Amino acid sequence: MFKGRELGFRLGTGIVAFLVVVIVAAIGFELTRQSTLSLGKFGLSFWINDIWDPVSGEFGARPFIWGTLYSSVLALLLAGPIALGIAIFLSELCPAWARQPLTFLTELLAAIPSIVYGLWGIFVLVPIVRTIQVALPEPLRALPFFYGPPVGVGMMSAVLILAVMVIPFTSSVAREVLKAVPMSQREAAYALGATKWEAIRAALYYARTGIMGAVMLGFGRALGETMAVTMVIGNTPKISLSLLAPQYTMAAVLANEFSEAADDLYLHSLIEIGLLLFIITLLVNAGSRLLIWRMNRPATSRKRVSVAAPVGEAA
Amino acid sequence: MNWNALRRIRSTIVVWLCGLAVVLALVPLAMILFFVVTRGIFSLNLAFFTHMPAPVGEPGGGMANSIVGTLILISVGALFAVPVGVISGVYAAEFAGTRLATMVQFAADTLNGVPSIVIGVFIYGIAVLPVKQFSAFAGSLALGVMMIPIIIRTTEELVKLVPMSLREGALALGATRGRATLTVVLPAAAPGIITGIVLALARIAGETAPLLFTAFNNRYFSTSLSQPISSLTVQVFNYAISPYEDWHRQAWAGALVLVGLVLLCSILARFATRRLERLQTGQ
Amino acid sequence: MKACQRVFATLAGFALLVSVLGAQTMQINGAGATFPNPIYSKWFSEYNKMKPQVQINYQPIGSGGGIRQLTNQTVFFGATDGPMTPEQLQAAPGKVLHLPTVLGAVVPVYNLPGTKAELKFNGPVLADIYLGKITKWNDPAIAKLNQGVTLPSTDITVVHRAEASGTTYIFVDFLSKLSPEWMKKAGVATSVNWPVGLGGKGNEGVSGLVQQTPGSIGYVELIYALQNKISYGTVQNSEGEFVRASVQAVTAAAGAAVKNMPKDFRVSITNAPGKGVYPISSFTWLLLYENPKDKAQSKAMVDFVKWALTDGQKFAPDLGYAPLPAEVVKLEMAALGTIKVS
Repeated sequence: MFKGRELGFRLGTGIVAFLVVVIVAAIGFELTRQSTLSLGKFGLSFWINDIWDPVSGEFGARPFIWGTLYSSVLALLLAGPIALGIAIFLSELCPAWARQPLTFLTELLAAIPSIVYGLWGIFVLVPIVRTIQVALPEPLRALPFFYGPPVGVGMMSAVLILAVMVIPFTSSVAREVLKAVPMSQREAAYALGATKWEAIRAALYYARTGIMGAVMLGFGRALGETMAVTMVIGNTPKISLSLLAPQYTMAAVLANEFSEAADDLYLHSLIEIGLLLFIITLLVNAGSRLLIWRMNRPATSRKRVSVAAPVGEAA
Repeated sequence: MNWNALRRIRSTIVVWLCGLAVVLALVPLAMILFFVVTRGIFSLNLAFFTHMPAPVGEPGGGMANSIVGTLILISVGALFAVPVGVISGVYAAEFAGTRLATMVQFAADTLNGVPSIVIGVFIYGIAVLPVKQFSAFAGSLALGVMMIPIIIRTTEELVKLVPMSLREGALALGATRGRATLTVVLPAAAPGIITGIVLALARIAGETAPLLFTAFNNRYFSTSLSQPISSLTVQVFNYAISPYEDWHRQAWAGALVLVGLVLLCSILARFATRRLERLQTGQ
Repeated sequence: MKACQRVFATLAGFALLVSVLGAQTMQINGAGATFPNPIYSKWFSEYNKMKPQVQINYQPIGSGGGIRQLTNQTVFFGATDGPMTPEQLQAAPGKVLHLPTVLGAVVPVYNLPGTKAELKFNGPVLADIYLGKITKWNDPAIAKLNQGVTLPSTDITVVHRAEASGTTYIFVDFLSKLSPEWMKKAGVATSVNWPVGLGGKGNEGVSGLVQQTPGSIGYVELIYALQNKISYGTVQNSEGEFVRASVQAVTAAAGAAVKNMPKDFRVSITNAPGKGVYPISSFTWLLLYENPKDKAQSKAMVDFVKWALTDGQKFAPDLGYAPLPAEVVKLEMAALGTIKVS
């Protein structure tokens, strides 16, 4: 009787918990099921083909994959060092009284809705980028990196917005990771006569896998970001190295074309892009979690670094 | 000697660079808040909260239906995300180490990382296509799925924080594990969990992408769960990319309301956590 | 725990209240073209004032979306500016009727600060701009049409629709009739593989992009240019005249089509013959199932369309649309009779 109730509790909560696992599996299943047409018709060429032509029914995802990866990588190149700097400052250098409010403010960046970033992007950032673009000297604009019409919307605006958006995610996890570095690491460095930076470097070295994980987590965020990017990237499926050219991302093409795809093959191709995005973010997130977990294991502290999103201030 | 001076200078430079990084992050924050507040505040008026959208190109009108729509979407989303999230979180904490608990943790982290637009596509496939109807319910479902991992994580962490002695006390008195969880552990963790829920609500209130093809949009004041419904975020999106001055004005006003909502929740939650900490240490 | 219960109770109560309140009015959902959205939103709003129990919720997601969602039956009615293709009609689960509601014009809009004069365009030049063959505003081909106008040497930023769109259909239908190269490389459809340019979402999005981007060119329905005070050019018609888009010029374009209107109303009137004709004109259609499941909605919708075709037409000219010719209305009234309402 007692035992039965014990089991009942475990079973009852277990079933609900299992539901969460089912949801994740169902996402993968549903996306696959709904993209069978394009999976069957294009196979692997879907990844490589760079033509997106709804008229002739030819679909290739390469421009979107490129746009997504290029914008996310650039955003991380920009956001990574800044986020790391913030994490170091807040965990190692900041005076105690300023720590709480500064943490709150930097994490507030994560709480601002994507759509608000987009709105600000269209009306504030894009005109600024356009002004800079027009002011660029002619020889510079001939370079492949700066080639493109002076419109403001394009890769650069998307990268800037993405960078700002992923900073709080990366910095908060990096901060947790640094916190998990045993004090003895730093003390040992100081004992050897290290300067502040050298002690920090020792801690950074100790935490390197976890920090990689934090950066990857930010990368995962950047890959899936939709609204803000859609509003400023220019929605043009053309592969280009240029920072100033309008491009497209996987998430953006879904937002723009999903409810409007006129025939089944078109719709299935879009859903396959969703499936790709799902798989890529899944791998990136799993990778980042693995890194953070590996970093945590040797540290004997039982405290697990939370990878949950900072929401304002994580509870 | 010289080398040491160099080391010290280098150290100082790095310290300053780290400080600069914080400033670099706060500049866009300040800019965004500045524009949202200055542009939004002059656009906010009574009509914004009480009127429906005007026909295309006609100035005036408001977002009353969208504000109510957003409230409905997040409440209904919470209605099923909260139980699922809390119970799964309890399981993950109470049976930590079991295979299912690890799977749940993994699933929650995965779900947290799934792009919101992909969740929209998923819900379109399971809740819009089969019933052939865009609906507020489908939108809530999408938002709920996004809430679940946040709530699981919060619950799990907080349940784990409840002192073992409390639990053991209940068990020693002959309570079953379920009873101990329900009457001792959860109440102890409840304030923190509620804080987490408030934050999760704030976060999903700002979501746009999963609503585009689930809740769709509605020109009218609709409260029916089986009909399309308007939301602040989708309306701000439509207005932002439009060419109409008056719609831009309203988009900023909408953004201000959204940001205000999020800020309020964050600050409230922060205040609650503080009080909670004080209460716990006071005991 | 009590707090938790209270939260739940409040939420549950709220949800209940909400579902009760929602049950009183009839809501009809539709989606599709952004081209007629200004007049449709006016109509639905006026009609709702007359009959408060009927709420017609129209979402301008693009013609392609209208056709898609109608085929999926996720909306009750669709709307499009490019008639459904035979394959699309085949794919629909029931017979779909095309009902013209008004006529409109697509105009080439541009943003050239400093150029006051109204620019002149023709089909081949527009096609070459959209093919990426003409890249500068002072290209000889543009200069030849616009003698006496000083054109800047800036790059042309081409703006087109990001999603499947009937406005696109009308525009490229016109381009294809005048540029064989366009026909070969891009073709005619609601969305094409654009050789160059930026994508904007909806007529709203394209107007917004053009408005914000100096040196850009785009194509939108006339009212979007008028309401937002964006410059638009004249276009050469089949008689060689450069015509400015107007209600009269669009009505003139419809004139030729009226005499041999096909039974299903799917007719193209771009580059129509005749004097004073604006060449990028088109009907815009509502899409309804002939035999929908929900007969109550069907009845309400048929009543609405009857109103729109008669009393509703008076709103058209103010919004830059041409009212339907009387002959077409007569034919449509007959067609409406075939829709099952009980």
